[in-house]
Amino acid sequence: MTKKIKLSELGSLFGGDIQALEGVKIEGDVEIDLGQMGMNPQMAYALGHETAQMAMHLMNISRILGYPVDQVFGGQQQAAAAAPKRLSKLIESKFSVGKVDEWKTPIQEVVLGATSSDGGTRKSTITLGGENALPYYFDGPMPHRNHITMDVFDMPINMAKAVKGNYEDVINSPAEWAKKVVRDFGADMVTIHLISTDPNIKDTSPAEAAKTVEEVLQAVDVPIVIGGSGNPEKDPEVLEKAAQAAEGERCILASASLNLDYARIAEAAKKYNHVVLSWTQLEINAQKELNRKLMKQCGVARENILMDPTTAALGYGLDYAYTNMERIRLAGLSGDMELNFPMSSGTTNAWGAREAWMTSSPLKEDSDWGPREYRGPIWEIITGLTLSLAGNDLFMMMHPTAVQVLKEITQTLYGSKETDPVDIDNWITAVL
Amino acid sequence: MKLNSPLQVYKYLPQTNCGECGDATCMAFAAHLIDRSKKLDNCPPILKDAFKKKYIELLTLLAPEIREITIGVGERAKKIGGDDVIYRHQLTFFDPTAFAYDVWDTMPENELVERVNKITNFRKFYIGKFLRVDMVAVRCVSGDAAKFAAAVKKVNETTTLPLILCSFDPAILKSGLEVVKDKNPLIYAANEKNWGEVAELALEYKVPVVLFSTDLDKLKSLALTFAEMGIKDLVLDPGTFPQGKQLKGSFERFVKLRRSGIKDAQKDIAYPIMAVPLNAWLVYKEAAAASYWETVLASVFTVRYGDIMILHSLEPYAMLPEVHLRETIYTDPRTPAKVEPGVNAVGSPTKDSPVIVTTNFALTYYTVESDLSSNKINCYLAAVDTDGIGVEAAVAGGQLTAAKINDSFKKANFDFKEKTSHSAVILPGLAARLQGDVEDATGLRVMIGPPDSGRIPGWMEKNWPPKPK
Ligand code: B12
Ligand code: SF4
Repeated sequence: MTKKIKLSELGSLFGGDIQALEGVKIEGDVEIDLGQMGMNPQMAYALGHETAQMAMHLMNISRILGYPVDQVFGGQQQAAAAAPKRLSKLIESKFSVGKVDEWKTPIQEVVLGATSSDGGTRKSTITLGGENALPYYFDGPMPHRNHITMDVFDMPINMAKAVKGNYEDVINSPAEWAKKVVRDFGADMVTIHLISTDPNIKDTSPAEAAKTVEEVLQAVDVPIVIGGSGNPEKDPEVLEKAAQAAEGERCILASASLNLDYARIAEAAKKYNHVVLSWTQLEINAQKELNRKLMKQCGVARENILMDPTTAALGYGLDYAYTNMERIRLAGLSGDMELNFPMSSGTTNAWGAREAWMTSSPLKEDSDWGPREYRGPIWEIITGLTLSLAGNDLFMMMHPTAVQVLKEITQTLYGSKETDPVDIDNWITAVL
Repeated sequence: MKLNSPLQVYKYLPQTNCGECGDATCMAFAAHLIDRSKKLDNCPPILKDAFKKKYIELLTLLAPEIREITIGVGERAKKIGGDDVIYRHQLTFFDPTAFAYDVWDTMPENELVERVNKITNFRKFYIGKFLRVDMVAVRCVSGDAAKFAAAVKKVNETTTLPLILCSFDPAILKSGLEVVKDKNPLIYAANEKNWGEVAELALEYKVPVVLFSTDLDKLKSLALTFAEMGIKDLVLDPGTFPQGKQLKGSFERFVKLRRSGIKDAQKDIAYPIMAVPLNAWLVYKEAAAASYWETVLASVFTVRYGDIMILHSLEPYAMLPEVHLRETIYTDPRTPAKVEPGVNAVGSPTKDSPVIVTTNFALTYYTVESDLSSNKINCYLAAVDTDGIGVEAAVAGGQLTAAKINDSFKKANFDFKEKTSHSAVILPGLAARLQGDVEDATGLRVMIGPPDSGRIPGWMEKNWPPKPK
């Protein structure tokens, strides 16, 4: 798979097996209450017990110098000599932990969508960024929760049955499709992928693609992402026309990359008031370079830049994607002004993993893989969740269950989920 | 680890450059100690009496920040902890999170045995090895020491996996320990109430022990107290709440514990951390919802510092993402997983069998190899040395070239005239643009396969053997 979505290509990835994906029903989907999403800012962390901490450090130093033999040989050769000490009371103590001094630069805030007061027609806007620490950490407030934008395509495409079952009724109408993801699946935003513009698919004209964008803008009142087909020759023109049609709406233009005419996309964003998605492929220096070019060479304002450092699926390069994002976020927090932008992930890429869609394991030595209808959504969830912990802000997703579960966990860690307290002291004796 | 340069380590080594460690110089060996690719015991001279003092000093200085603890015995014994960094890119994480799955003493015996076997035998092939799970946690639900001992006995007869004995009642723990006292099980758990008696058990049976408190001050008190009593194989359970603000609190405690242990170097709290994603089942009763949420909790704490965890769901859709995410986080970022370059026989190839080219990135190589062997395609498979980069990235980055491909066959002394009747090679679909260059460099007939190796069988039906020109 290549970059986010390109589900058109997923179809070919599935190859002969796509047939096997059809005609299967999901039984007993997961039900999770979406509840009310408050926006309470994260509780500020009270700095504690500096004196205790200093004492601790001193103790450590003397330990190291005094060199305790028991510790060196620990476990294997417990000190055989002296009889163990017995204590009748717990040693009193206070836990303390240091703060991270180098996180001094907050992540840039980026506003998506524009309401009538700002020259758009969206009902409300979404703000990404503003973090002062790694996600959900206690070091500093995380002002905005994670958001999810769901994929809509401008033509029917191949997808795994587990996904397709949800969209069969709207697959021929991007506007209806967009309404459905917002109304039924709780999408915060909608991504309209103009894949039919690819000369190798339908070669839809930029003008016609722009009409589709208008339809989607009329169908829903949430902010939207406008995605090209991924064709580097055609995308700049398509995105330019679409940007014009959506003038003033502060959409995300997806994407500017180093291998196409990014300047033209940047120009369109400036002229028609949109946000540029700066997309690179798992390479922190390439990300810096493109962001720098967008800012310095093209004059895009900081508040109009979002990054997509590339998402690889769980089991297929997520280790690279995770560490790439974590490094970018740490660099941003520590003052790298070319990297401190909010991030977006093509989480739908998770469906490229064989484990997400194959009927069963191609290897007979494997334990049973079980029903694939359950494997697909959890593959999407875990791919997204892992990246959320690395600092990702916006998720481009496909499966409704995956969307709900990812929302539930990211908002829980963000701190806006109120639930009845649970007593975990008795888990050992619980009858499950 | 208290040292961060080879020079600092070098000062403690014998400095004779005798080469017995396999490195030419002590300095080279020192570098391996720093990146933890070798152990101090690999240097025979330093084990001699004359160096005893230096050996002991160096061992202390080289010890990982987070204490490393062994659970179980024998081949499937498991080490946990052992970390030196808080982000994987700073070095790598050591000792992948140990996954323990629960059984309970009120299970009918046949179900218990079946469940234990399922845990023991779970496996998922991934880049050249099987991902597996690690331990069995026996929960005492009955409250009856004899029943618990019987369950532990049955589990111990059924598996060689390490065990975790779970009860807050010291008498019950003792009954279990009696059964498996030579197996180095982990006992769960000491808390504020029972700590005195549990400490006695840890001392008597010399086993590692979990300390449980959702209050970090209390947890630290327990750790200090146990350490003072000479019990240092400790695991900390700061409580895994399944939802809401309580879960956010759990997350914060994990982060705080690990940061204090590594960044602040607070040795007396630098122990492995335990998560209990099983607690998802306390709020979700339906199996799919509970399994999904358990997997979510397991993932959060695989990424953020869980060294060992207790799980319940044996659904494949829970276990597969769990083991894959653990692999994601613990794989060594310093070196891409590679296989030996060379030309390998898959099945029993003849002169009419195809010769297939791929890269030596382990994920690529093993995916292709398993696609071929599971479809019973006899062939030669060439792993070209691309420094462990996959096909598409290696073509883009210049590690997979016609010259490299030609070299691979040369180095392997693979003579197409002698080994094949067709003098043809098949390139991956994603390397199609190398076709002309490879023809020129090798003089062979070059065929282009499909983009995904899973489709080689279908492609072969149409394209193999190559039609005469
Ligand atoms: C992980 C990854 C990386 C990792 C690579 C890690 C590694 N050890 O390989 C890192 C971060 C290092 C990386 C770097 C780069 N990457 Co990269 N990367 C990816 C990513 C996300 C996944 C690739 C992967 O691992 N796939 C899984 C493996 C198993 O696939 P595979 O090797 O291709 O094998 C399959 C097939 O080829 C086939 N197959 C294999 N052998 C054979 C043999 C035969 C006969 C047949 C028929 C089939 C067959 O079957 C296999 C199983 O399906 C892809 C995007 C994506 N595809 O999702 C981009 C991608 C491959 N990268 C890309 C690029 C451009 C780069 C960089 C050049 C970026 C840069 N500017 O620096 C560098 C180059 C680095 C280098 N070569 O030194 C591009 C390539 C574009 C192109 N087509 O030219 C991609 C497609 C992203 C994109 N859309 O732009 N990348
Ligand atoms: S074995 Fe020890 S003394 Fe000999 S070269 Fe290696 S490190 Fe130096």
